[in-house]
Amino acid sequence: MNKLVSNLAQAVVDIADGSTILLGGFGTSGQPIELMQALLDTDVRELTLVSNSSGNGPTGIGPLIEAGKVRKLICTFARSPNSLNPTAAVFEAHYRAGKVELEIVPQGTLAERLRAAGAGMGPFFTPTAFGTRLAEGKETRVIDGKGYVLEQPLPADVAFIKAHLADALGNLTYRFAGRNFAPVMAMAARLTVAQVDRIVPVGDIEPEFVMTPGIFVQRVVECEHVPLDP
Amino acid sequence: MSPLTRDQLAKVVANDIPRDSYANLGIGMPTLVAKYLRPEQGIVLHSENGILGMIGLPDGQSKDADLINASREAVALLPGASITDHVVSFAMMRGGHLDITILGGFQVAVSGDLANWDTGEPNAIPAVGGAMDLVVGAKQVYVMMQHNDKGGRPKLVESCTYPLTGVGVVDRVYTDLAIIDVTSNGFVVKAMIEGMDLAGLQQRSAAALTLAPDCKVIRV
Repeated sequence: MNKLVSNLAQAVVDIADGSTILLGGFGTSGQPIELMQALLDTDVRELTLVSNSSGNGPTGIGPLIEAGKVRKLICTFARSPNSLNPTAAVFEAHYRAGKVELEIVPQGTLAERLRAAGAGMGPFFTPTAFGTRLAEGKETRVIDGKGYVLEQPLPADVAFIKAHLADALGNLTYRFAGRNFAPVMAMAARLTVAQVDRIVPVGDIEPEFVMTPGIFVQRVVECEHVPLDP
Repeated sequence: MSPLTRDQLAKVVANDIPRDSYANLGIGMPTLVAKYLRPEQGIVLHSENGILGMIGLPDGQSKDADLINASREAVALLPGASITDHVVSFAMMRGGHLDITILGGFQVAVSGDLANWDTGEPNAIPAVGGAMDLVVGAKQVYVMMQHNDKGGRPKLVESCTYPLTGVGVVDRVYTDLAIIDVTSNGFVVKAMIEGMDLAGLQQRSAAALTLAPDCKVIRV
């Protein structure tokens, strides 16, 4: 078994128009920026992107939106967290102009919808967002005096994630908080592509320190990652 | 009589967090609280992106893009820290494992409803992050906010006019003027700044306040 591909172009080949793509990363950490940039050189369009936020500045989601590849964004935080550093300015402008759809999801509900998809679960009840605008149009139920909202699994065609070490079997480790959504996104997508800092021989990652087992990963590409400025 | 500055308010809140708590500080003013926690309090800070056991970046220590808190600020790890993925991190939050969360607020209603994620203005772009998960899961929910908004309007209200973050979730409110508990008998004032009285505080609030029998003066 060998999941290694030799370059970024091969890592993003054969992604269909209209695909749903999960994007790992939280703030400056764990962003699969180089995979997103590689997608700019393909003809793919009409994408639904799923990400914690709606942009990371001059690279990543913003350029994909500007290139007209994005139909819809599913995220938890759609505006720039800091108005002095408008990392989501491209999304904000396109959203206001009606050029891209938005679905806003509470962060824990996003994680759990992905987990449900990856773990073979159906819809589930969560107390998060009960009684709020984000529960509108959804089934709700009060069980033992506590209110719950019925949420749907969120399966995807593709996941782009950034890991630290990988082997040819697709076993992964992450640096610090670079892990965030990556393990659950790897579970929820049919095709998980991991960009990694370094490929190591099979067996070098101690089994009990594998953070994402290779069964959830289909392609691994080693590439230089330019960290975002915290 | 002078209202508390943001730093003074952060210091008051920091001092009130119970010893040995697992705590999450929300985006904005609550992150200031970290600056005033004392090591002997034994408080372990949690961040949505999976970190348990962090401190603000010490002077001179270099930033790492993979080591940030939920406000995207560079942080450092304490000995004994752990890092998990988002599923486990939010299990800590939603599953009732966090002792306390401190959040910012636009409005708090007498029933404990909180509005803190969307002003509801037609042009506003929504950003909920982890706030809705925190308020349903943390054992104690404290809100830290100005007593009145920039237009002078009260933020303690009968019912929220902004979109809700959670229903009946707030336990206590810290403002630049007072500390108020949310109880089944409504807002109860636990402490006020020097020179403030109940009539003055009531005038700045849009819901009925009652005075706790042991109401104190806030000392900074």
